[in-house]
Amino acid sequence: MRTYSGHSTPKASNELYRANLAKGQTGLSVAFDLPTQTGYDSDASFARGEVGKTGVPIDSLGDLRELFEGLQLEQMNTSMTINATAAWLLALYVALAEEQGATLSKLRGTTQNDIIKEYLSRGTYVFPPEPSLRLIADMIEYTVEHLPEFNPVNVCSYHLQEAGATPEQEIAYALGTAIAVLDTVQARGVSQASLDKVFGRVSFFLNSNLRFIDEVCKQRAFARLWDKLGLERYGVQDAKLRRFRYGVQVNSLGLTEAQPENNIIRIVLEMLGVTLSRDARARAIQLPAWNEALGLPRPWDQQLSLRAQQILAYESDLLEHADIFEGSVVIERRTSELAAAAWAEVEAVLARGGIVQAVAEGYVKERLVAANAARLVAIEQGTQIVVGVNEFRESEPSPLLEAGSVDAILRVDPASEAEQIERLQRWRAGRDSAAVASALEALERAAREGSNLMPPSIAAAKAGVTTGEWANTLRGVFGEYRAPTGVSGASTPETLQEQLTRLRAELDDLTEQLGRRPKLLVGKPGLDGHSNGAEQIALRARDAGFEVVYEGIRVSPKELARAAADEGVHLVGLSILSGAHLELVGETLERLRALGLGELPVVVGGIIPEEDAALLRARGVRAVFTPKDYRIGQIIEQLIALVRSTSLPKAG
Amino acid sequence: MDELQELVERVLARDFAAVGRAISLVEDRRPRASERSERLLQLLRTSGRAAAGHCLGLTGPPGAGKSTLVSALARVARRRALSVGVLAVDPSSPRSGGALLGDRVRIEGDPDDELLYVRSMASGGDLGGLARAAGAAVEVLTAAYELVVVETVGVGQSETDVEHVSDTVVLVVQPASGDLLQFIKAGILEIPDVLVVNKLDLGPVATRAAAELRAALAATHPGRQASVPPVVLTSAATSDGVDELLDRCAEHRAQLAATGALEAERAARRRRWAYRLFRDWAGARGVQQLGGRAHAEARLALLLGEGRSAWGAASALAEQR
Ligand code: B12
Ligand SMILES: Nc1nc2c(ncn2[C@@H]2O[C@H](COP(=O)(O)OP(=O)(O)O)[C@@H](O)[C@H]2O)c(=O)[nH]1
Ligand SMILES: [Mg+2]
Repeated sequence: MRTYSGHSTPKASNELYRANLAKGQTGLSVAFDLPTQTGYDSDASFARGEVGKTGVPIDSLGDLRELFEGLQLEQMNTSMTINATAAWLLALYVALAEEQGATLSKLRGTTQNDIIKEYLSRGTYVFPPEPSLRLIADMIEYTVEHLPEFNPVNVCSYHLQEAGATPEQEIAYALGTAIAVLDTVQARGVSQASLDKVFGRVSFFLNSNLRFIDEVCKQRAFARLWDKLGLERYGVQDAKLRRFRYGVQVNSLGLTEAQPENNIIRIVLEMLGVTLSRDARARAIQLPAWNEALGLPRPWDQQLSLRAQQILAYESDLLEHADIFEGSVVIERRTSELAAAAWAEVEAVLARGGIVQAVAEGYVKERLVAANAARLVAIEQGTQIVVGVNEFRESEPSPLLEAGSVDAILRVDPASEAEQIERLQRWRAGRDSAAVASALEALERAAREGSNLMPPSIAAAKAGVTTGEWANTLRGVFGEYRAPTGVSGASTPETLQEQLTRLRAELDDLTEQLGRRPKLLVGKPGLDGHSNGAEQIALRARDAGFEVVYEGIRVSPKELARAAADEGVHLVGLSILSGAHLELVGETLERLRALGLGELPVVVGGIIPEEDAALLRARGVRAVFTPKDYRIGQIIEQLIALVRSTSLPKAG
Repeated sequence: MDELQELVERVLARDFAAVGRAISLVEDRRPRASERSERLLQLLRTSGRAAAGHCLGLTGPPGAGKSTLVSALARVARRRALSVGVLAVDPSSPRSGGALLGDRVRIEGDPDDELLYVRSMASGGDLGGLARAAGAAVEVLTAAYELVVVETVGVGQSETDVEHVSDTVVLVVQPASGDLLQFIKAGILEIPDVLVVNKLDLGPVATRAAAELRAALAATHPGRQASVPPVVLTSAATSDGVDELLDRCAEHRAQLAATGALEAERAARRRRWAYRLFRDWAGARGVQQLGGRAHAEARLALLLGEGRSAWGAASALAEQR
């Protein structure tokens, strides 16, 4: 068991790692901050307010040195949640290992390195799909030769379920991703023996929700299809190499803000789905915390989840038995059903030319947005019951939520950002700038010529190049990418016709009175990748009859304000789940005022603690929405009323 | 100076917030607003800067890369120090009237760049390819910016709407899509002034498509070698060929200006656009009552000559009827 951690500065994270290792933790799982994940230096304008927030900032080899101070990489097993910039972080890791005199072939660890799910859900992509896949293949080629113990790719279906995927979709798009990676490697003309090795190195990261019987079957179907792929598509003869290896983090999307203590029960049930069946049991399990929908968990909240695992493992008799589902007709039937449906979707993806094309065309994201819409509409209409949300809402006052306990959710010290920027600037001043320039030149040349990018990246790491410089050099060659939002091709489920008819009539009436259609700008400022809420609001608003300008994730407050002015919108809606709402909303309001748009109504949605919501309202935000407002139809109604009251001249 | 005069001044000074407000005004269909928007357009027209800008109309099937190409065009034009206005038209849902206007993202502009303006508009349902207010919005944009690019979607008839508002019509296709054949069959190749085969970076399929297109054009323009529109290969992704595309478009406009056709073209275009708007309100019967299209257009030409906008002329004629 290991905890996914890292925060504020390399030094602080190092202390945390050492403490955890001393407590008997066996490996490290490094969380990076969003600027590092999206290829920005800590002093880039996009990084403002984000440095050290969701993980550790790594700007250069110096930072990595400090992160692993006193630790021997040769003896570590390091898992890094890094994707678009994975090649760079691996380059830094190799450079540091060499510095420590380690034998490279002994390095063990994992880079997540699944770029497809970044386009579809997680959002920390940088380059377009083709060059991104090339970077992955370069890493695989490099590790197979030099770091044979390293897992270069961990295909994630976890994030797809968090973006609304059904079990069939989760299987299909994850397998589609693995196929894209393996095909790219195969196309480079590697030997069958190498291909076998690569196949055996591909591991997965799954999700598991409350429909835990289905989840048992999903894992079985996954394993079955993976075996089939290995044998039939890639000719892997050794059955051991075709074993489906995976870890799981159980579902968070279904955890609620209302009556949050119920979530601990949900988490335990979710855990059953990935443990009950011995033949379909996760190698590693991570559990979220009961207060997931409120904000970042504190150590005590995490401890409670850890205890749930320990009680299952040590107090129950689960681990004493062979597979308890062996011979079950019900499980077998459902497994075959899921496998067949998932395989049909794999074929649909392949028919489009593979997952890369299917993603670039917007097809896959549209399917996810539609699936998520169906889920949310079912909850809104009460056909899917969520205890404490749309049923059994009455509650005794919760002692867990008493004043003093909630505002203790973890907050990050803003001073660490300044500290990190200072470190970075010192680093830049202290290096050999001619060496940096020539290392970047070599990197650019390799990018253009198509040779493997690992060696020049490692050389750049040693020369003192920074994360932003590495990424910007490749941006210059590959271009920067924006993934389809999936909203245009999805539509609100038919079951909601009545609501839509009512909203459309209201909006038609308002259109008459305004002289033009109400126009809504939905914005996601900052590096926050949580797009589910913004997508669903944009989708419903459009289907109700708004003209919606939605530009996807990672749009700066400045760009949003400019868009509001250029587009002549009636209303701005910001969606922020990263915890940076005070800074980002403040900056957006300021920018709007600077453009003479101080009167434009602004609303905010996301994970906003009540005391912050009050602050935002005091600064002029017209309304704040949180996951408690699960009836999107009612939100749209409020938006219409707001446009009515702000854009029409007041009656007499 | 009254409020509208001031707005016009600021539009001419390329104040993007004012341009935004001016376009919102011409989109407004309330009777009182349309009087004001009529006056705004008149002020722009008499400012001496009217239609100073060159308007490119980009059309072509979805997925061809129009939005990406608009972004590349804007980038290259800004590098040439041209001010740029973009109007991206997306379809609206016939059922709800709503629309998702998201393509703006592809225009990766610097938010501090005051000389790059981007507006999106829904097609509005009442006209096929272009929003009712698109013509007026283009008037605002061409008064303010040196290069104006209008992007529209839609295959078939409505596609040609864009020719009513732009000086140079650019048809964008992608290789190996089958679209090409369809266009050749539908006779759409008669309309564009410049043709683009995008996604040059896909390799030989693109060059092959361009060759096919050139052959098809030669066949549809027998004996008119001079009037065969140029075919440009571009990669919106890498910006390859985009400089050449801008050059070809500039040549087209220079030709129009040299032959004195630019003004006549624009007048004819405005008349056709007004006719389109009029027919949309009055229907085929309304046109019949006036004695057919030719008569209707003649009446519209008179009204336009009095300084009305296309929209103003169409509504005046609808009232006169
Ligand atoms: C799903 C999810 C993810 C998915 C996101 C998929 C996607 N494309 O959206 C994935 C797995 C990728 C993810 C990743 C991460 N996540 Co997350 N995630 C969640 C989770 C479980 C649910 C959010 C959600 O989608 N809800 C469903 C939607 C429909 O609800 P909603 O967005 O709240 O929207 C509703 C209202 O808020 C409102 N609304 C929202 N926006 C708008 C906009 C307008 C205009 C209006 C009117 C209304 C409105 O209306 C909606 C309808 O009810 C939350 C916890 C929770 N249960 O809420 C954590 C959570 C948001 N994540 C969190 C974290 C820390 C992360 C990571 C940083 C983890 C990591 N270290 O890697 C990464 C960051 C990735 C990134 N690039 O930013 C934290 C944020 C902490 C904080 N705010 O302090 C949370 C709160 C979990 C936690 N307690 O730690 N996450
Ligand atoms: N390879 C390649 N892809 C492109 C090019 N231009 C656009 N695309 C891609 O084609 C798809 C459609 O592009 P978009 O600009 O939205 O097309 P539109 O529907 O015509 O506006 C997107 O996935 C783009 O990334 C290009 O020049 N080369
Ligand atoms: Mg487009």
